[in-house]
Amino acid sequence: MLTFMASDSEEEVCDERTSLMSAESPTPRSCQDGRQGLEDGESAAQWRSQESEEDHEEEDPDRYVCSGVPGRPPGLEEELTLKYGAKHVIMLFVPVTLCMIVVVATIKSVRFYTEKNGQLIYTPFSEDTPSVGQRLLNSVLNTLIMISVIVTMTIFLVVLYKYRCYKFIHGWLIMSSLMLLFLFTYIYLGEVLKTYNVAMDYPTLFLTVWNFGAVGMVCIHWKGPLVLQQAYLIMISALMALVFIKYLPEWSAWVILGAISVYDLVAVLCPKGPLRMLVETAQERNEPIFPALIYSSAMVWTVGMAKLDPSSQGALQLPYDPEMEDSYDSFGEPSYPDVFEPPLPGYPGEELEEEEERGVKLGLGDFIFYSVLVGKAAATGSGDWNTTLACFVAILIGLCLTLLLLAVFKKALPALPISITFGLIFYFSTDNLVRPFMDTLASHQLYI
Amino acid sequence: MTLCAVESQLASGETARPGQAFFWLVSLLFSSLIWFTTATLIGNKDEPREKYLLIFGVLISVLIQEMFRFAYYKLLKKASEGLKTINPYEKAPSMRLLAYVSGLGFGIMSGVFSFVNTLSDSLGPGTVGIHGDPPQFFLYSAFMTLVITLLHVFWGIVFFDGCEKKKWYTLLVVLLSHLLVSALTLISPHYGLNLVLAYIIMVLMGVWAFFVSGGSCRSLKLCLLCQDKDFLLFNQRAR
Repeated sequence: MLTFMASDSEEEVCDERTSLMSAESPTPRSCQDGRQGLEDGESAAQWRSQESEEDHEEEDPDRYVCSGVPGRPPGLEEELTLKYGAKHVIMLFVPVTLCMIVVVATIKSVRFYTEKNGQLIYTPFSEDTPSVGQRLLNSVLNTLIMISVIVTMTIFLVVLYKYRCYKFIHGWLIMSSLMLLFLFTYIYLGEVLKTYNVAMDYPTLFLTVWNFGAVGMVCIHWKGPLVLQQAYLIMISALMALVFIKYLPEWSAWVILGAISVYDLVAVLCPKGPLRMLVETAQERNEPIFPALIYSSAMVWTVGMAKLDPSSQGALQLPYDPEMEDSYDSFGEPSYPDVFEPPLPGYPGEELEEEEERGVKLGLGDFIFYSVLVGKAAATGSGDWNTTLACFVAILIGLCLTLLLLAVFKKALPALPISITFGLIFYFSTDNLVRPFMDTLASHQLYI
Repeated sequence: MTLCAVESQLASGETARPGQAFFWLVSLLFSSLIWFTTATLIGNKDEPREKYLLIFGVLISVLIQEMFRFAYYKLLKKASEGLKTINPYEKAPSMRLLAYVSGLGFGIMSGVFSFVNTLSDSLGPGTVGIHGDPPQFFLYSAFMTLVITLLHVFWGIVFFDGCEKKKWYTLLVVLLSHLLVSALTLISPHYGLNLVLAYIIMVLMGVWAFFVSGGSCRSLKLCLLCQDKDFLLFNQRAR
């Protein structure tokens, strides 16, 4: 699923962003390009907390991992894919871990994000009821509402994409990144300063937030160093995850996590699923999916392979663009064809002269929901760190397995289901079974 | 193909460590499940019963951990073989490297789970040993965690080597030494004795692992005197 970052204006619902990543070559090329599974996570949610007037975005994480190779003999292709599978795993471990670390560190230190201060408009039912059955019912209803909003927004986005309303979508994306980079950062910074009792005057604050936000907008939507762009994407995922952790009531959060993984599975794999249709449409048109919704870890350093695709105005074909690190960051947007400068005007089917590394792309929604799971475990798990660590390991292993499946199946795959399932299983079992055991062992100073 | 792909990724040394950590976690899950169900079934809450239950839990946990280590070995073996059938010319990660990495994964996970809550408590306000308990609680926990982690690394190396060469008594020795170390921690107040014995066992296992992975007195001397060309050149030859 691709992640959608929806930015709303005051009134609008957050739209979803789906990034469809078609990997490398245009469809006529029959080389076994691993399609990068893009996950479109679109969740447009209109958040309006009962106290603040903030609008939040909801994102569906879609994971879209792609690995592609240029035209090569099939056997070699297979080996390369397998060999690169492990590298991709490592390349994704680091950003996912970083995002989770930021979220857990914030949850553990800044009290603001664990205080209950109202709920989002998408989860109207309160969980303050005394009876267990009522609470369960309320959380299921909340989940239904949230998921239906997500589905609606996804379909809306697919419709927009099909009818080529690119300007509208891009406007949405820009609005949502603006909101995330400025408003949420301002709030976050305020809370962190409050926690550590650091005084900061408004001019300094303004300067800091302005610089942070402006550079972020440039990096994400235009060009910038790859590392900086990755860092910004991680930060906005963490901010979004923190918002979710704060405003989703407890039981609803867990049920929503489960339901979102099922939705992800359905949306990406079913033939009529919205995300799959989005991916296929983008591939038919040979366009890259919208930037700013996908985290890409591509590092291609091969010479001689130029991907020049005049029809695709975007430069999202990372594996085929050697030497143009900038081009990774310049997400192709159909309305700005001159953003991308091809490095070599060679025939796109040139043989590689050196080995190349393929990048892997993961939708931002996946980052967000992984971090939500780990953050919730850190916030509410009474087993403190054991539960958090167990969820963390479970999610990483799920990611590993999903990447493996991606290397095998070579098409868009949902990144959420396996990881979230493992994460949920480990959260509940560690919290209820392992924690008493480890606590008793630790109090008697026994070591196993 | 799917299976080979799965296994190839596992066989690659980079992903072996989180894989083994995951296996340790699952083993811990199972042992807690068994302990929990036994505790609920027995139901009684009096002191000696609880202590016996805990001892039982520890023993079961050690057994299950070793079982999972064996299961991981089997998985890695199949992965290596699968990788060899796909690509007979490419050098697969050696089993020794995998043994080390998997032992490290086990050790890290085990150490972290034992120690991280103690660590986070140590930041908080309080006085250690105010009620007459030994004041070296944290030091002891830290050293014990260190010795357990290193022991897991050495056990991993020795265990995998025993499995490779089909010397089953090795597995028994690893299991027994693990049980011994855990049982030693039961005599809680005697920190010094615990630690000294555990470190002795660790040194013995370390020496055994060293010889098992192909080291010898000569190579050790060369290494210490900085004359070992292989080491200096960071050559990684499959042995």
